[in-house]
Amino acid sequence: MSDWQRLSRRMLLIHPVQEIPRALPALLGVALAGSRSGNGGLWALVGVGIAVGLGMMRWFTTTYRVTEDRVEVRQGLFRRRLLAVSRDRIRTVDVTAHAFHRLLGVTRVTIGTGRSDREGGGSVRLDGLDARVAARLRDDLLHRTPAPAPSAAPAPATPPTEIARLDSRWVRYGPFTLSGVVAVGVVAGFAANFINEANLDPRQYGVLRDAADQVRDAPLVLAIVEVLVVAMVVVAIASTVGYVLAFWGFRLTRDPRGTLHVTRGLLTTRATTIEERRLHGVEISEPLLLRAVRGARCIAIATGLRVGRGAERGGSLLLPPAPVAEARRVGAAIVRATAPLECPLASHGPRARTRRFTRALMGWAALVVVVAAASALFGWPGWPWQAALALLPFALALAADRYRSLGHAVSGDRLVARAGSLVRRRSVLAHDGIIGWNITRTLFQRRAGLTTLTATTAAGHQHYDVQDVALAEALRVAEAATPGLLTPFLETGAARRAA
Amino acid sequence: MPSPALRPPAHRVSRTAIRYWAARALGGWLVIAAAQVGWWIAAGGHTGLRIAGLAATVALAAAHAIVMPQWRYRVHRWEVAPQAVYTRAGWLRQESRIAPISRIQTVDSERGPLEQIFGLANVTVTTASAAGPLEIDGLDYATALRLVDELTTAAQATRGDAT
Repeated sequence: MSDWQRLSRRMLLIHPVQEIPRALPALLGVALAGSRSGNGGLWALVGVGIAVGLGMMRWFTTTYRVTEDRVEVRQGLFRRRLLAVSRDRIRTVDVTAHAFHRLLGVTRVTIGTGRSDREGGGSVRLDGLDARVAARLRDDLLHRTPAPAPSAAPAPATPPTEIARLDSRWVRYGPFTLSGVVAVGVVAGFAANFINEANLDPRQYGVLRDAADQVRDAPLVLAIVEVLVVAMVVVAIASTVGYVLAFWGFRLTRDPRGTLHVTRGLLTTRATTIEERRLHGVEISEPLLLRAVRGARCIAIATGLRVGRGAERGGSLLLPPAPVAEARRVGAAIVRATAPLECPLASHGPRARTRRFTRALMGWAALVVVVAAASALFGWPGWPWQAALALLPFALALAADRYRSLGHAVSGDRLVARAGSLVRRRSVLAHDGIIGWNITRTLFQRRAGLTTLTATTAAGHQHYDVQDVALAEALRVAEAATPGLLTPFLETGAARRAA
Repeated sequence: MPSPALRPPAHRVSRTAIRYWAARALGGWLVIAAAQVGWWIAAGGHTGLRIAGLAATVALAAAHAIVMPQWRYRVHRWEVAPQAVYTRAGWLRQESRIAPISRIQTVDSERGPLEQIFGLANVTVTTASAAGPLEIDGLDYATALRLVDELTTAAQATRGDAT
């Protein structure tokens, strides 16, 4: 496989189609400029021709090859670029196919090298390989089977075992993911912009005018309720659609050669492969809404996989929103131990609870003061600061819940920590994934005798915190997780305070 | 059973660091004061309020430049043990960081213009984690060079990709 190869020939069709939307603003500009001289259509055609040509050029200028020890990609026409990745640095291989790709049986392969300190840095993208070629390439790159001796018969491949698959009933968790908020926001922004640009008057349309009039004429409270209900319904529908689009056909399997595979997606399919060697733990994340309906998702803590934002968590997702018991089961299957996901956690004591309440109350008081000051200075009506005042029960509930979430444990050879209310996370991190420790003590923490113990790691979020724990307990945990690392810096008995 | 405590790292940073931190803090306050003066010149009026504002800035700056560096000097410490590097830094928010020598990825020393004036340098030790490089601020230049050399040698002695 050491010859330079081209992408799939079918990309000659796909590239131009991808180029045209990207070139659309320029094309519109050309068409508008051209329309002055009377032949805008002709100019637009020339523009489309150039875009298509450039798109096709990408196929002619991109070649790649896979050698014994590296993957190389050459691309560019005027600016030739050679990208080379050492094969033993490859940590993830992502195979994505958008709807149009799938129509033509083509997939995009992204080879990640786990440079987690740079967004998108150091990854090689091959946009457009034949689906079968891509599957073979992925297998080849991740399960670097040493070239078999000519005589040896190829070992029978053990089939991958399935850990989880989407249950269609899980779609009911869709509305609670709020993933639709962003989509609705984007669409609304787009629509508003379009209406503005195109000088459309929404009042020309009977339905919209009736709705607007109805809301305007209704009493304020009713109008607010109406708008909120409509917004909630729209977001719920969009979130559900998003859930189905992203996670339909979800399947998590373990290949006995040491990799985990996640495949999912309705229109755009995505297949992510994570090397188990790079997997240092899992995280059960429960956003408040999802927790309210006893749902949770499971996320991988792996080097080279930075936990991203959005529903897909940057490819580190191991289980989409599903029943919490299922999330725990999958987590346990991944780390091959049930205890870290089920075991009771040590609570952090009354001082940590006091701190949760002081912090919530301080935040609330600051908000009230700011809003009240703004009301006084800028002559706002009275209701904003009254509303801020009314947030007190929420602040207290938040503090209580944040305290309830706090907990940690050392379970076998894993560190377990849980915290958070709006998003409660229980992270399970293998001890050998821990690099070092940060022990943070703010002025107020020192007064309360508490500390935040942070395990630094190259995986996932890069750091996992045990919040507001007594200093002695923090040291005990750190000693248990990384025996000997702290020992030279400890003194027993002496009343000397570290501060 | 006596509860274990974390003892502070063995070495303090250079005493010159106190003046360096004070200078650095004053630099920041100078920008604020300059902005206030600029606003005064541009807009004028409210003489009493403006003088009070400037006085407040000067008072805060003085307090910050006197208290913070002394406090920092008491906190900032570092130590290199055979297996690990241990640093402590901060003043209101204090942070102790411990990283095993075997996990060190880069060691670098940097001198900004202000640090050069005071003959100081800082040393940053990074690991594969993006969270928490160990920074030692306010070392005298010779110590910093020696430390970089010592840590680089020690880190080279261990193998593996340190992730």
